[in-house]
This record gives sequence, C-alpha cells and structure tokens, in this order.
Amino acid sequence: MSAEFDITETLDVKGASCPMPVVKTKAAVDDLDAGAVLEVLATDSGSMSDIDGWAAGTSGVELLEQAEGDGVYKHYVRVTE
Amino acid sequence: MSTDTQDAAVDDAPSRAELATRVEQLEEQLAEARTESEDDTQKMSIIATKGTLDMAYPPLILASTAAAFGYEVTVFHTFWGLDILHEERSKHLKLSSVGNPNMPIPNALAALPGMDRMTTKMMAKRIDDNDTATIEELIETSLDMGVEFQACQMTIELMDYDEDDFYDGVTTGVGAATAIQDMAEADIQLLV
Repeated sequence: MSAEFDITETLDVKGASCPMPVVKTKAAVDDLDAGAVLEVLATDSGSMSDIDGWAAGTSGVELLEQAEGDGVYKHYVRVTE
Repeated sequence: MSTDTQDAAVDDAPSRAELATRVEQLEEQLAEARTESEDDTQKMSIIATKGTLDMAYPPLILASTAAAFGYEVTVFHTFWGLDILHEERSKHLKLSSVGNPNMPIPNALAALPGMDRMTTKMMAKRIDDNDTATIEELIETSLDMGVEFQACQMTIELMDYDEDDFYDGVTTGVGAATAIQDMAEADIQLLV
C-alpha cells in the first residue's frame, strides 16, 4: 500500500452489492472533513468501475488509489472540500 | 483574376486587434456561463410505473446512485409503481412468470396457479444469496440521501390506498403537473 497518505477512516462494505458500495461511500465522505482519506473495503467487483466513475463525476472527492487482493477491492478516496 | 477584389475583402475584414478584443469578450462570456452552470445542482427525474419485484429495482438503484453523485432526485410513482412506496406491499412485490421469456418456465406452465409465488421465491432467494439490497433498504437509504419520492394522488385514490400506507417521508398530494415540472428542470429524465 502507498505511504503517500494516511487513512483517516475505514468503511467496510464487504458483502454489499451495487449500488450500496457507492452510496455508502458517499454517506461516509459527507461525515469527513477536507483532507481526510477514506478507505473503502468491498467484495463487489463492480465497485472498481463504480467508485472510479463516482469519484470522477462528483465534486469534493478525489480517488487516490484502487487495489485488489484476496477477493477484496480497496479504494482510497480523499475529501477535497 | 483582379487584385482589386482581394484588396476589398481585406479592407472589410476586422483587424487583428478587433479580433483579439472579440475573442477576449467571448472567453469572458464562456467563463461566466461555466460558473453559472456549475452553481446549478444537477437534477434527475424518474417516473416509476411498474410494481413487480424486478421492475422496482432500477428506479431505486438509479435514484440512490444519482443522489451519491450529488444530484437532486425526484421519483414520481404512479399506477403499479405506487406499490414500491407502499410500506406493506413493497415487502411482497411479485415476479410474473407469465410473458417473461427470461424465466426458465414455459408460458403454458407459468400460467398455472402458484407459479408466480414460486418464481418470486426463486428471485427472493437469489437476492438474499447475493446480498443484493432489499427494496426496503434501498428506499430507506435513498430517503436518507435526500431522494424525494412522490406518490401520485390520482392513483392513490384509484387503488384505494391511504396516505398513511406509504413510507415516512414520501410526498403525497402531487400530480402529473409536478412531474412535468421536475422533468423540465432535470438533466436526466427516465420512465421506468
């Protein structure tokens, strides 16, 4: 994992499928301050494309990194405003 | 070919300085237009008309996802779409086994009594096995995210439903004019 950022909070949405990973990520991001980094753990393979698309189309968030391993898809989202 | 014509054309053309000024003006206008459109929240308007289990999902999934993107979302429920908002009926939405070529049952058998119950059970089990959100979860989540669910007043009366039958937070007392107004202002309009 990258050492370029510190994780502020982790959201575990393992087991949940579309649209919940994106919807719960949005809800979690709304509770965080600017600069915070949210780690999202999902088992839904569609979350790779969905969270990427969501971050690109939503203001105030930036997708830092996505990683896959052991059936878990990890997403790192920074709150920018 | 005469050189006079060419000279005349050059004389009529705007000077480089004039063009530069014009470009500057247009750039300013473009910047203004961009700022204005960025200030405006994007909107989505969905009309939900179906009340079968399979057709209840698309409007709810799209509504909650659009809300996650920051869209202001309204879903106008009319006819069988009302059942999605009906607290009791939404928990017992059925799947039709007749007229659905995707079902692994021939129509002649699908029409037999009890078949809808069987296909609905099959689907409900799949939803459960896959950890797909239930209709109730999607409605509660969407409401939390600010989605406005509207129940068409005319069909509430037609179906003999009561306003208290719907989930808390559902807007009643609205009609087609409200839906049209939402659609006119929306960036995305869908009929499901």
